[in-house]
Amino acid sequence: MLCEIVDRHGGQATSLLQILIDVQMRFRHVPPRIMTALAGMLHLPRTQVEAVVEFYRFLSVTSVGRFDVRFSDSVTDHLLGSRDLAARLCQRLGVKLGETRVDDAVSIHLTSCTGLSDQGPAALVNGHVLTRLDGDRIVQMADFIDQGMDLDTWPKNWFKVEDQVQLAGLLLEGELPLGASLERALTLHPADIFSEIDRSGLRGRGGAGFKTAAKWRFCYEGEEGAVPGDPTIARYVVCNADEGEPGTFKDRVLLSRNAQDVFEGMTVCAKAIGAQHGFIYLRGEYRYLLDSLLRGLKVRRLRGLLGRNILGVEGFDFDIEIHLGAGAYICGEESALIESLEGKPGHPRNRPPYPVTHGYLGQPTVVNNVETFAAAARIMAYGADWFLSVGTPESSGTKILSVSGDCERPGIYEVPFGSPVSDLLRRCGADDPMGVQVGGPSGTFIGPDEFERILGFEDLPTGGSMMVFSQARDVVAIARSFTHFFAHESCGFCTPCRVGTSLLGQLIDKIAEGHGTPHDLIEMTQLAAIVKNTSHCGLGQTAAHPLMQTLERFPERYQERLKTLFFEPGFDLDGALEVSRQMTGREDAHAHLTQSG
Amino acid sequence: MDQKTLTIDGVELSFDPRQTIMEAAAAAGVYIPHLCHHPDFKPHGSCKLCTVKVNGRFASACTLPAAEGQEVLNKTLELNQLRTRITQMLFVEGNHFCPGCEISGHCKLQATAYGLGMLDSHFPHFYPARRVDASHPDIMLDLDRCILCELCVRASRDMDGKSVFGIAGRGMESHLVVAAESGALVDTLIEVSDRAAHVCPVGAILIKHTAYEKPIGQRRYDHHPIQAALLQEDQGD
Ligand SMILES: Cc1cc2nc3c(=O)[nH]c(=O)nc-3n(C[C@H](O)[C@H](O)[C@H](O)COP(=O)(O)O)c2cc1C
Ligand code: SF4
Ligand code: SF4
Ligand code: FES
Repeated sequence: MLCEIVDRHGGQATSLLQILIDVQMRFRHVPPRIMTALAGMLHLPRTQVEAVVEFYRFLSVTSVGRFDVRFSDSVTDHLLGSRDLAARLCQRLGVKLGETRVDDAVSIHLTSCTGLSDQGPAALVNGHVLTRLDGDRIVQMADFIDQGMDLDTWPKNWFKVEDQVQLAGLLLEGELPLGASLERALTLHPADIFSEIDRSGLRGRGGAGFKTAAKWRFCYEGEEGAVPGDPTIARYVVCNADEGEPGTFKDRVLLSRNAQDVFEGMTVCAKAIGAQHGFIYLRGEYRYLLDSLLRGLKVRRLRGLLGRNILGVEGFDFDIEIHLGAGAYICGEESALIESLEGKPGHPRNRPPYPVTHGYLGQPTVVNNVETFAAAARIMAYGADWFLSVGTPESSGTKILSVSGDCERPGIYEVPFGSPVSDLLRRCGADDPMGVQVGGPSGTFIGPDEFERILGFEDLPTGGSMMVFSQARDVVAIARSFTHFFAHESCGFCTPCRVGTSLLGQLIDKIAEGHGTPHDLIEMTQLAAIVKNTSHCGLGQTAAHPLMQTLERFPERYQERLKTLFFEPGFDLDGALEVSRQMTGREDAHAHLTQSG
Repeated sequence: MDQKTLTIDGVELSFDPRQTIMEAAAAAGVYIPHLCHHPDFKPHGSCKLCTVKVNGRFASACTLPAAEGQEVLNKTLELNQLRTRITQMLFVEGNHFCPGCEISGHCKLQATAYGLGMLDSHFPHFYPARRVDASHPDIMLDLDRCILCELCVRASRDMDGKSVFGIAGRGMESHLVVAAESGALVDTLIEVSDRAAHVCPVGAILIKHTAYEKPIGQRRYDHHPIQAALLQEDQGD
């Protein structure tokens, strides 16, 4: 059985993660003997196999249930009562959150945002997506699970995922004819492809906003002294479909309805930089899209748009492989993503060198967001001027936004860059909100007096997440939730992020629970600066944004939680005795300590 | 050929273009605090103790290539405060009871803390439950003290060719693992003559039967402050 799985993935060491995902599905965990066997079969150190199993949340050393339920734990799910639903399911099924029931029938977990914020509360069950959960469904679900009913027999509409495109623009309107953009690219030299993309002003849609043409050109030209486009050098095209930023789901929608545009953009890139191999790194949460994506790739091969001698051009060979993630936000960071593609834990690399010169297997690699490739495809087909007709000089074109939270019409909005936030709020039916989280927790939290700020690289850059919060929401609770998200997702490689995000989590817990003092706010601010300044990658560098930005905008919301005394111990004396109480079976008054400030 | 130069705290020094800032500094006799860096191994860049400011931006000296004209700040109040906090994070993350630790006085973490003038642990302790593995006849593992620097990982993989050690898990659950299904060190290929057995900067990998050969008070950092001792090591002594 193991051999079969290993063979299916080509038996390469780089397939380790893909193999382990299948092992997990088959055995509901990765047993130690299988780790040893895999190390032998793939000629890998056993420590690497164990490291991978323990790094990714969707892999486990101990067995999960026959029904493995994972509730999406994003703030927007919280607003819709997800925590309560999870607790009710646990209670009905007699299982503790995070554990597997003794009869192995079920396990229930919380998981980071599953990319369904516009139709939550959401959950995954054995990798399938459940949307719009409510109390009634939870009751029925508990029965189905207890009766061991096959997922195929559960009501179909529970699994329904809607695109909810509320506003379409350059990228979502109309259909790009299959191959149209590639045909144009074939008439051009690489240098002309770069200059067309360059002229369009296209910048990366994944958040950082790097100029796409520049990235492609660096990858093609290589380091100083190299021969541009040297055909003896293997280059790779990677599509980042990890979409882990809480509140974003626009890549899911692009991959559902415009996947051909994305494939086409990747192929244009391959043509330009001279790559033969492409990857789509699809987050594990979107596994349900895998089959339709594979069908889409097959269509392209049949039409001669992928494979050998594409569109009859001798020597233009390119194909795309899909790799799955397994529950790790950090794998959206491009160098961690490449590590993961190589079958390793997702630890970001040291830079320089950058992926454009030393990426997958140390070879020049372009990593772009899903939306960037979709845009590149249409720019190639319709021309740079078409793209330049929308947006601002700094930020041309449109941005696809994922809108969720307290508004009447959540979903996908493709807006021209340069639009004010207020415009979007009107469109989505958000009346007088308290604040908007632009670009997810690693982005910017803005309050009402900033709603005229514009979306674009010159003011409010965004990867696409827009979470709207009404006046009824507690801003400290929101910042707290985001802070815990980062602590939970820290890869653990560098000290300031690994330890610092957990310390920030403790501090905000203390404050939110009413035990904080003015001193704790000072402490939090200082710690935030250290984590931001010394962390290894973008995760740590932005992890304190939610706390600092909300503290800056809503200081009174923090202050009203503080105790007046200047010092409150961070150490809970009575709590520390809990283990001893359990061991001695005592619960009497003398077994407790009271602590006064 | 023109000699390339950069400055550290205003002092000009020349460097070889293949060097990192850390290597250029060490060659010129300038100490930049560090724990995961060791001149014999590939730069790692995880502890962040070597954080410096290069042309106004924070960077890790052990991984950033030296470049012409860089203005590096190293021994500033701001940087040393930040390094102190990072050192304190390492202390509260594990279980470090120095008076009871057999390598007290040989320990780079402890000596670095002294060097920075650290007086307390500042943050609340996590008191994690960590493993002790005494299964091997010659080598002892006490993971209470592991700071996840991966020096043993690199030594075992790159020098001993055995990959006995690895880091598994994620975030605060990251932990050292050994290459054995049983999880016990005795079932791995490690030998006391391996480089990996001797590279640990703290008291997490210990050689048995050698504990008090040198009495406390006569140990390395009892006599040489970390600064001088580590410079010697980096310069190849
Ligand atoms: C912690 C972290 C998570 C990230 N997650 C994603 C992601 O899910 N999708 C994405 O496209 N980019 C993500 N990025 C940005 C990528 O590193 C990279 O900049 C991007 O994929 C480049 O593509 P683009 O130039 O087309 O935007 C993330 C960055 C960090 C630091
Ligand atoms: S900043 Fe956080 S996520 Fe990034 S390398 Fe450091 S520990 Fe990992
Ligand atoms: S055991 Fe020692 S050498 Fe190995 S990672 Fe831990 S602290 Fe570093
Ligand atoms: S010495 Fe540079 S990060 Fe550890």
